[in-house]
Amino acid sequence: MSTALESYINLAVVTSDGRMIVGTLKGFDQTINLILDESHERVFSSSQGVEQVVLGLYIVRGDNVAVIGEIDEDTDSSLDLGNIRAEPLNSIVH
Amino acid sequence: MLDLQLQITYLNDYTFGFIKTLLFYSFFKSLVGKDVVVELKNDLSICGTLHSVDQYLNIKLTDISVTDPEKYPHMLSVKNCFIRGSVVRYVQLPADEVDTQLLQDAARKEALQQKQ
Repeated sequence: MSTALESYINLAVVTSDGRMIVGTLKGFDQTINLILDESHERVFSSSQGVEQVVLGLYIVRGDNVAVIGEIDEDTDSSLDLGNIRAEPLNSIVH
Repeated sequence: MLDLQLQITYLNDYTFGFIKTLLFYSFFKSLVGKDVVVELKNDLSICGTLHSVDQYLNIKLTDISVTDPEKYPHMLSVKNCFIRGSVVRYVQLPADEVDTQLLQDAARKEALQQKQ
């Protein structure tokens, strides 16, 4: 049994430094290195709404990947990002 | 719960000449379909149904919900996720799904095997 990432297309990647990057999965390998196209970072802050920073085509090294979430388009489009207030995620501490 | 002894025999992983048994991989495979809570090393806790696991103990959960959605709205639009094994701190399991005696015996046997 292997948990392949094949079915994932539009994803949210949580990195080990607590950042959240949303993009389209173009490729991956066994060490979870990722190729993300049309990516942007969602910056969460407790004082202002979510800021989206456009990144473009990114390669994320597997070491830095914490969680990969499959984004549900419908739920995501109904989100009011401007009104979400939250602390940024903590970084991974081994 | 599946017979761990049998699983271990079949899943010995021959890597670089050393025999690595995949005890916990077998253990998690027997829990596929159950609801678990995974606590990550960044303090995020994700509840979901265990969909699959691999030899690195990467975990795929379906139908997830964050334990504290007010503090962590980051994952609101995510229904399924893949969690890298290296970032897991704990996996909370339902007590009645685990035969702790069997697991303990299997772990002891493996420790003995490893020593030899």
